[in-house]
Amino acid sequence: MKNLVALLAGSLFGIGLFLSGMTDTAKVQGWLDVFGAWDPTLAFVMGGAMLPMAVAWRLTRRMRPVTGGSFPPAPLPEVDRKLVIGSVLFGMGWGLAGLCPGPALASLSYGGLGGLVFAVSMGTGMWLAPGLRARLDRAVPAE
Amino acid sequence: MQPDWIMGLIGGLVIGLAAAVYLLGNGRIMGASGIIGGVIDGSGRSNRDERLWFLGGLIAAPTLLALVVGAPDTHVTPDLAVLVAAGLLVGVGTRIGNGCTSGHGVCGISRLSLRGIVATVFYILAGGLTITLFRHVLGVI
Repeated sequence: MKNLVALLAGSLFGIGLFLSGMTDTAKVQGWLDVFGAWDPTLAFVMGGAMLPMAVAWRLTRRMRPVTGGSFPPAPLPEVDRKLVIGSVLFGMGWGLAGLCPGPALASLSYGGLGGLVFAVSMGTGMWLAPGLRARLDRAVPAE
Repeated sequence: MQPDWIMGLIGGLVIGLAAAVYLLGNGRIMGASGIIGGVIDGSGRSNRDERLWFLGGLIAAPTLLALVVGAPDTHVTPDLAVLVAAGLLVGVGTRIGNGCTSGHGVCGISRLSLRGIVATVFYILAGGLTITLFRHVLGVI
């Protein structure tokens, strides 16, 4: 049952990314490129996606997950160094190629060799991340 | 085809529906980088199957859609060095920062998570500065 829900959610996510135009790197880079031909589409995608989720978060107060278990705990209150460093690195890659993890996989079948190279490289980065995270913790110990 | 912003809004609503299904169905946050990263580094071993089913749908559904209505152009840069660098940055960055556009952006901001909002501000600023530098100043992408 959990797997079925996951398949449904993953499929809907992929369909949404396809329909929204977010697998087109030109549209994503167009949003970030305020000094070029600025493209506001991404704001509509993000805004549209937050509407069902705002309702869903409210519903979590009065129900349990359909397949059992519990909902995620409240978000951590503190903003730490890793959150900022990681987000800056992610943003740099996002700006360079116009791809983030969801669209990179959604467009895997039609993104050509370039899309595949990006996905493999992203996977490698994710594989290297735990070691780099540990190194970061050692280099600058948490306060 | 509808204007871009209408398709963006419709697609966005479907993405939000997907996140809502995952949250209310399985009690989990739909963050693409976390779901993929947990499979790759083994941290998501306990619910590996669920992750793989999600990723299967994420890859297969757009594939089927592309077969039916035609694949959209992705305009991916042909510069392989840029793609390798960008992929590494996105892979490392999302895992150190613990989230990406879907987890921090869609799921985090919709519950007014400070971390989600801060992460989103930083990756959009970094992306904007990067494209300004590399496209308009250096002229290499």
